[in-house]
Amino acid sequence: MSGANLASGIGLPSPVSSSRPSTLIELRGITKAFPGVVANDCIDLTLRGGEIHCLLGENGAGKSTLIGILSGLIRPDAGRIAIDGVETAITSPRRALELGIGTVHQHSTLIPALTVLENLMLGDSRTLRLNERAARSRLADLSAQLSVEIDPDARVADLALGHQQQVEIVKALWRGSRLLILDEPTSMLTPQGVAELAKVLDRLKQSGQAVVFITHKLHEALTLGDQISILRQGRLVGEITPEEIRTQSQAELRAEIIRIMFGEEARSVAGVAELREELTSAPTARRTDSGDVVLELRKLTVRGAGSERGVDDISFQLHEGEILGIAGIDGHGQRALAEAIAGQRHPSHGQVLLYGAEVTGLPVSARQKLGLRYVTDDRLGEGIVGMLPVSLNLFLKRIGEAPYWRRGRIQRSVIDKRAGELVREFDVRAPSVATRVATLSGGNIQKVLLARELSFNPKVVVFHKPTYGLDVKTTATVRELIRRLAADGGAALVISTDLDELLEICDRIAVLSRGRLVGTVANGPDAAEQVGELMIGDVPVEEAA
Amino acid sequence: MSMESAAGRGLAAPRPRSERTIRAQRALDILVRSIVPVLLALAAGAILLLALGRDPLSFYRNIWDGGVAAGSWQDSAIAMAPFLLIAAGLTLIFRANIWNLGYNGQFLLGAALVSGYAPSLVKDVPLWLAFTLLFLLSGAVAGAWTLLPAILKARFGTNEIITTLMMSFIGIDLASILIKGPFHDPSTPLPQTAVIPLNKMLPSIPGTRIHIGLLVAIAAILVVHYLLTRTSWGLRLQIMGANPRAARHFGISLARLTVVSFLASGFLVGLAACADIMGLWGYIRTGWNPAYGDLIIPFVFLARLNALAVVPFVAFFAVLYTGGDLAAQQANLPTDFLYILVGLILLFMTVIEYLGRKRALGASYLTPGLKQSLRSGLIRRRRAK
Repeated sequence: MSGANLASGIGLPSPVSSSRPSTLIELRGITKAFPGVVANDCIDLTLRGGEIHCLLGENGAGKSTLIGILSGLIRPDAGRIAIDGVETAITSPRRALELGIGTVHQHSTLIPALTVLENLMLGDSRTLRLNERAARSRLADLSAQLSVEIDPDARVADLALGHQQQVEIVKALWRGSRLLILDEPTSMLTPQGVAELAKVLDRLKQSGQAVVFITHKLHEALTLGDQISILRQGRLVGEITPEEIRTQSQAELRAEIIRIMFGEEARSVAGVAELREELTSAPTARRTDSGDVVLELRKLTVRGAGSERGVDDISFQLHEGEILGIAGIDGHGQRALAEAIAGQRHPSHGQVLLYGAEVTGLPVSARQKLGLRYVTDDRLGEGIVGMLPVSLNLFLKRIGEAPYWRRGRIQRSVIDKRAGELVREFDVRAPSVATRVATLSGGNIQKVLLARELSFNPKVVVFHKPTYGLDVKTTATVRELIRRLAADGGAALVISTDLDELLEICDRIAVLSRGRLVGTVANGPDAAEQVGELMIGDVPVEEAA
Repeated sequence: MSMESAAGRGLAAPRPRSERTIRAQRALDILVRSIVPVLLALAAGAILLLALGRDPLSFYRNIWDGGVAAGSWQDSAIAMAPFLLIAAGLTLIFRANIWNLGYNGQFLLGAALVSGYAPSLVKDVPLWLAFTLLFLLSGAVAGAWTLLPAILKARFGTNEIITTLMMSFIGIDLASILIKGPFHDPSTPLPQTAVIPLNKMLPSIPGTRIHIGLLVAIAAILVVHYLLTRTSWGLRLQIMGANPRAARHFGISLARLTVVSFLASGFLVGLAACADIMGLWGYIRTGWNPAYGDLIIPFVFLARLNALAVVPFVAFFAVLYTGGDLAAQQANLPTDFLYILVGLILLFMTVIEYLGRKRALGASYLTPGLKQSLRSGLIRRRRAK
């Protein structure tokens, strides 16, 4: 039967008709629990050929678990999966491929040092001998089908991320896929890359392929999806059918989805969403170059740690009351830049100036005292010490300082009292300040970090992916805090891979690419395209120099 | 009236009570996890004794007689002095997630220097000064012996388990060379140092035979506990142990802290050597290596790296150690049988730890939704039949 699957792969286009295409895969009552959480709770899903099925949900809604089950990585605790009406167990990733289920994971699974063709042939482990000629013609067929151009002999490392993703898609289709799963495929792409991907998906749809498209961005689901399923806390809480998508307006659908996604919280969130809409549709360059320079980087060069990229020759000025964004694809030197400003990493060249005075040689604690703060992106890894209580975690950057420590001795009551105030001020939801911080949710942990960095007279704050992995409500709170910091005469440097976020809150956006600042754009109506062009644009090839 | 009180309770009480029960439960949990391995080891030891044709009851009674009854508890207390000092040194550095396993070399070097210099020093200077100098000397030498591993770890991240062990072997041999060479007592052909006169050894606590080294040890335990629980230094140390990346983020100097904690750990091991030589032995000969640290490590872990909790465990072990000699002799067993008991404690400790972790996970594993789906699944299957 797997032979039949191969034959009926994307080579045979199914007739495009107004009636709904036939059911390909049916999930019934899929349930999967991990210690402490039910990731999937009795989920029913019907996937049809020739349809793009969007799975929409916040982080932690259970999307990834469901994908894991479909791609054979995770076995469900309960529930049935039927393929072409026959109940089937997807016991392993290999079995999933045999059944015609191809997956493009969020993070690249290609081997950078090998060529495209070599990467594709890796999947062909059925025969010992590699048949290069057959592989070439298969790649040519698939490229033609998707109308993309892929150089079979290019090294994967030399390809842009958008092209790498096309190779990933070809790899998923390689063995005759009928269902293609894309896990947050747009998170690494530029706006232009997203448009390109949409075209490819459209062609796949025309050829009768079923596509599952996972995203947490509402507008993507609305523009790409034929059918939208909304997950929330492991449950399937709502569906938008193709008829609804055809007949209703975007605004109606938006409101409907927000209502489903956030239930009783919808009202407050809807307000936020509207607010966001206004800001993104008419972003005005509120302040540029108006205030005094508070933070300046002069030709800062920082070495990367291990395989991580460093930054080269970075110079910029941050003004009072300004929010400067640093856009760029993940792994292009963001961490090195942030850590050098915070004082965690020493630059090999260049200077960091705070209010005109050099702080390049100062340690973290001294910069902290001067009002230079860093909200790290690695909240669990370095932002907190999980086994310590919330109260102590709020003071970990002021260990030994009066009045919280006197002659080296901890003043518990002073700390607890101040911690209680901070917890209230920043709305950290914790049973008490004595609770171990590791037991809090991601959003509350981020609030603990913010409370620590934004208290005691903050002046210049570096935010590194400040809303990554947070729910919509906390995201709105965090962005509001950043705005308030700038409005109160502080300044913020927001390093983010989420371009929408930067467009929403920043006055200017600088683009970091391969460890260099390749340009700065004032936020405005066409900032998105400009930033996108800078992200993919030709990097000045001075790297050799 | 009853309704009112119930309502009042319902409103005000739940949180503090649940917090208190959680805390009580955790305390009970720790107690169980610490004591059960010891009891299981004693039981398994009893089975082993039976299998060897010995009477376990009389074996354990002999331990009691030799380690507790009729004033022999004082011998156990004397044995505790070096145990506690080493335990303090290990607790301190283990909290930083650094593994100083070179305690044997550090101990013997300290012991060799104390035995070498004490005979002349106690004659030449006032006793209290001699004792102070000897403690400091021993601590300094043992601390210095950790310096190379400490710097290698701080500067290059070299694995300290390997470097401290290597330095330990070198230290043991170096101590032996010192005893045969410069510190050799010319009045005897045996490779040993001159014996310190009894009246020049550490004085006893009035009314007992226990030397004041035990007081030094208890003071050290209290100081370490205070450092770890109350001071900024202790907090930095624990952050480094729990999450070195976070420590870097908070601006803690890992290199300096690593070196200082190594020096402190070595210093405490050195104090143990001085207390043991000056309080109990009075001399040292080559080949003598009591390896106290090896015996103590399981109890440092059983106490969950808590300096105060180590005390009862060390007391228990001191009784086993003191009374065990006699018991083993009477049962016609080698004294190594005690090491089997210690090994069994370690084994059961790991087992209990594993089970405990599994149970803690199990408690939250089955959520109501899953239980229901499992149940409905069962019902469906039964109907299908």
